[in-house]
Amino acid sequence: MKNRLIQTLLPIGVAALLAAVVGATVMLLIGSNPIDATRAMVSYLDSTDSVVAVLNRSSWYYVSGLAAAIGFRMGLFNIGVDGQYRIAALLTAALGAEVSLPAALHVPFMFIVAMIIGGAFAGIAGVLKVKRGVNEVISTIMLNYVATGIIAYLLINYFWTRDASGRDLIPKTDLLDRSAWMPDLNALIEKFGFHFAQGVRVHGFLLVAALVGIIFYVVVWRTRFGFDLRMSGLNPFAARSSGVNPNAMIVRTMFISGALAGVLAMGPLLSEGHVYGDQFPTQLGFTGIAVALLGRNHPAGIAFAAVVWASLERASQALSSEGIPTEISRILQGTLLLSAVITYEIVNRRSLAATTRRASELASSVLTPAKPEVIR
Amino acid sequence: MTAVAVPPADSADLPRAWWATRRNRLIVIAIVCWVAVSLVRVLLDADDLTSSTAFRAAIRTGIPVFLAGMGGLFAERCGVVNIGLEGMMILGTWFAGFAGWHWGPWVGVLFGVIGGVLGGLLHALATVTFGIDHIVSGVALNIIAAGTTRFLADQFFTGQIGGSISQSPPVKGSIHEQSLPFLSGGELFGWRSPNPLQWLEFKHWFLISDTAGLLNGLTSRHNWLTILAVVIIPIATYVLWRTPFGLRLRSAGERPSAADSLGVDVYRIRYSALAISGGLAGLGGSYLAINGAGRYSEGQVSGRGFIGLAMLIFGNWRPVGIAIGSTLYGFIEGVRLCCSGQTIVALVLLVSLALAALAITQLLRRNWPAFVGTLFVSGLFATYYIVGKATDSADKEFTVPREFTYMAPYVLTLLFLAFASQRLRPPAAAGKLWRKGDTG
Repeated sequence: MKNRLIQTLLPIGVAALLAAVVGATVMLLIGSNPIDATRAMVSYLDSTDSVVAVLNRSSWYYVSGLAAAIGFRMGLFNIGVDGQYRIAALLTAALGAEVSLPAALHVPFMFIVAMIIGGAFAGIAGVLKVKRGVNEVISTIMLNYVATGIIAYLLINYFWTRDASGRDLIPKTDLLDRSAWMPDLNALIEKFGFHFAQGVRVHGFLLVAALVGIIFYVVVWRTRFGFDLRMSGLNPFAARSSGVNPNAMIVRTMFISGALAGVLAMGPLLSEGHVYGDQFPTQLGFTGIAVALLGRNHPAGIAFAAVVWASLERASQALSSEGIPTEISRILQGTLLLSAVITYEIVNRRSLAATTRRASELASSVLTPAKPEVIR
Repeated sequence: MTAVAVPPADSADLPRAWWATRRNRLIVIAIVCWVAVSLVRVLLDADDLTSSTAFRAAIRTGIPVFLAGMGGLFAERCGVVNIGLEGMMILGTWFAGFAGWHWGPWVGVLFGVIGGVLGGLLHALATVTFGIDHIVSGVALNIIAAGTTRFLADQFFTGQIGGSISQSPPVKGSIHEQSLPFLSGGELFGWRSPNPLQWLEFKHWFLISDTAGLLNGLTSRHNWLTILAVVIIPIATYVLWRTPFGLRLRSAGERPSAADSLGVDVYRIRYSALAISGGLAGLGGSYLAINGAGRYSEGQVSGRGFIGLAMLIFGNWRPVGIAIGSTLYGFIEGVRLCCSGQTIVALVLLVSLALAALAITQLLRRNWPAFVGTLFVSGLFATYYIVGKATDSADKEFTVPREFTYMAPYVLTLLFLAFASQRLRPPAAAGKLWRKGDTG
């Protein structure tokens, strides 16, 4: 148990150290003081506003990470989470604004529609892979751009409203009814004695994200489907011979990955803004990929990684007061990702070698014959 | 009397029908396609379709993708999948913009290549030394490259005249253009030669003018960087298939353990190959920055690294194949960028016809599902064209909306990959993790 703990935490620690060193070096190179910067970042994080903002953001990154991770677990690289969630957001926002349902039905309706759209869009890449052998990395990335084009076309030609002056067109979908707005958790948390300033809201989506994480764990590690999924990723031949249909598996997994991207879309849509327009958050899909890699495709790890990623993003906003460009967070994040991935691999290989060595020692000690008796 | 042994007739001695060889068949197909293009041009009165402007744009648009594909070639031929080509191109654009702004275009090109090489070496460190999954490393590299260039742009370009976080100040000067003398109006020792090809082209005669336009577009107003990029085709072919280095490289990509047993330092060869790969991608980025926008601009690359990878697959991991694919892609993209809306409409019809022809070849091969699928996609394009033309009215001509043409390169790449020949033969060990001492 202790060994497992060290095995899990050591690489992250080393990676964090490496990222910190690289970040400090860059800061020194541009003439800033890393110590002051760190102090500014930590103190900025140490406020209710920051904690809430980080929690909200990390709930989005978490779901995005899960969407990517379910593909990674199978050896399928769904880099198209970004396009899938954006197109699901647009179409669901447009559809949801046309429909009026009571709140208890409207929100689940939105989720289901988003999951279907996201899943179908991802399914295109899955079908292309199965039927034509198209590499899913390239096809999902191409579909990202296709999604951008479709969204731009629809926004400019169909989904627009006039602004206050009545002259200009603003490309965005109609505002969703209040029944589709996801409630926040402020009331619930205030019962525990916390007090929130005006405008600071803990998104209800946090609970959805947690639920999705639990479902992810249960499905992947406690169901037959999840077992088949993991095996297809670890050893496709073994999976095949145990009866898993690889084509069906690929299409199903891509669909689920896209459906999770649809769930992701509902985070920003139902919690903030309530329209799809120019202001809708972008790049969430790519963050999810990074977070999934950082979290080793495990729901607990991804949760941790999502919080770290969001914290780095938030904390670097404090750096502009120190004269450091906030963009340095990207270098920190990138270095953290690469060094984490490297250290995971090294630790993995070391532990595998150690296990093999132990197993062979055990085997040889059992199989070695006892010393022969000297016959006098 | 001894029997005289009669040697068996060698198949090379037998007279063969001219259509029997694959190469002759491809030539015939190319000629038929060219006549069809010319026909479409005449019928639709879309003169720009085969103008020298279009072909010049085809070359200029196709080269970055071609260079990315060549970068992918060197990497995959040695066994490492390079998804990070996009990131290396981005690094190339930034370094080219930075150095070009300070010291001029050719220094910019050099720095762009160096930037790409750095990316390639990082990818090599991760995949070869540390043995990370190639795709994971590539994805991480793309994220790092995008973030780093944004940070560096913020550091070096904001506050400068013409610079900001998303673009560099303009490159100092540009590379001189050349044209072929005597045929395409090139200059020879200060004397401007006539341009007979262009004269032919402007006559708009069926087939003759189209061919003149093609030749003129290929040989006029190209700068040395373009010529350098084209020369890479024979150089790369020579290096990979006629030098010991190339042989070792390819063996590392087919059977690394066999190469290792013969004394090839697989790790070192992969490092070299990935450096070359990154350099080529960086050159592609330099081309975009210096020949395209004339500066570094955020989002300049926008997927071309991945399209290059698709060209690699389409070209069956051969330089000439990559070049053909990139030229086809460049033609369609180039027309979209340079020519009027009517030409793009003609292009839609052309694509539909090409797909229909592809469908017929699938029918001849008795491949029913492929036939139906290709015919369906061809029908989609044809329907779009017909419906659009029907809405043509005096005051509002039918044009393809800008958002759709934006999607064109990406949809095109998907089509390329979906209809790529089934006889693809990637290097056997591409993507497989190999450590010293492994077998296979």
